[in-house]
Amino acid sequence: MDSTFGIIFGAIFVTNIILSQFLGLCSFLGVSKNLKNALGMSAAVAFVMILATILSWVIYYLFLAPYDLVYLKTLVFILSIATLVQLVEMFMKKNMPTLHKAMGVFLPLITTNCAILGIALINVQRDYTFIQSITNAIGTAAGYTMAIVLFSCLRERLECPEMPMCMRNLPIALITASCMSIALMGMSGIH
Amino acid sequence: MLKELTKGIIKENPLFVQLLGVCPSLATTGSLTNALGMGAAFTMVLIGSNLIISAIKSFIPEQVRIPSYIVVIASLVTVIEMLMEAFVPDIYASLGIFIPLIVVNCIILGRAEAFANKHGLWDSLQDALGMGIGFSLALAIIATFRELLGTGKLLGIPVFGPDYQPILILILPAGAFITMGFVFAAVNYLRQRSEVRHG
Repeated sequence: MDSTFGIIFGAIFVTNIILSQFLGLCSFLGVSKNLKNALGMSAAVAFVMILATILSWVIYYLFLAPYDLVYLKTLVFILSIATLVQLVEMFMKKNMPTLHKAMGVFLPLITTNCAILGIALINVQRDYTFIQSITNAIGTAAGYTMAIVLFSCLRERLECPEMPMCMRNLPIALITASCMSIALMGMSGIH
Repeated sequence: MLKELTKGIIKENPLFVQLLGVCPSLATTGSLTNALGMGAAFTMVLIGSNLIISAIKSFIPEQVRIPSYIVVIASLVTVIEMLMEAFVPDIYASLGIFIPLIVVNCIILGRAEAFANKHGLWDSLQDALGMGIGFSLALAIIATFRELLGTGKLLGIPVFGPDYQPILILILPAGAFITMGFVFAAVNYLRQRSEVRHG
């Protein structure tokens, strides 16, 4: 499970960040109404997730662990993620206007996306090395993209059929997500 | 006098009406014990953050208010996390990463921004208590369905007797989504019916 392939496969299919760990659900339900937004959001999440993983790993092992300050990790991680997102947004606005246009609106939302902080904490919890942490971030981002892109395609279809008023929108979306989660259950136990 | 307290329980329930805090409500409702533990931890953080932010609201500069709120909330979460690890290690272990993740729970930041920085201590305390009870109640409803049908037990005590065949899927991730879907549908149904009747 600790090999590169194992971590990536596990993060995408076995412990999918959304469908089996329930992290990042707000964005999963909020911006999955059409494919274009879903792609923008997953690009932004992937980008920030990898940067935040690198940053939090460096902070944890260089500053917190040597001085016995690991209990401050939640506080330090959330602040460094918020700062990172702000800096990335400013940098992008100035130097990469096209990219900023494509995923700019999603960037501020990411600070409070629990998937980012979740992955930073999980990496530390599992004692991953630097390379393993980045691998896990890449796999998780791929799993997030897979789930939200497939889900947005399904949700576009859900606009059309007749259904009772009370099932419209969120309830039927959650039941659809449940079916997707069942599909991934077949993968559980593979290490 | 207590209107700030009661609004959070039904009329402005954070989960069912405002649709905030979806992540923990799926992840921690596999058993009623976990749901109540999460509800209690959440309520304590919310009470603390509402009180502190309401008390220091006039010292916080407008431009950096959100980062300041996050610092207050993250410190409180760290305190609660350490308390739970010391006094209720079982619940701490089964809630795992979702305790530190209370930091990014949108309800707490939302109450700080929408309520505590505009109101006094007493109102903020009531608001926090009401929202906390409302959220815990919502978690408990979902958890009751999942644990009762998924294992035949409630709070670990067998309810249906040994002949009951548990619907195992309800305590797995897929069951969380489907239970939540039906609970939301029921809430929508009740709301639409009362709108028709009154409107």
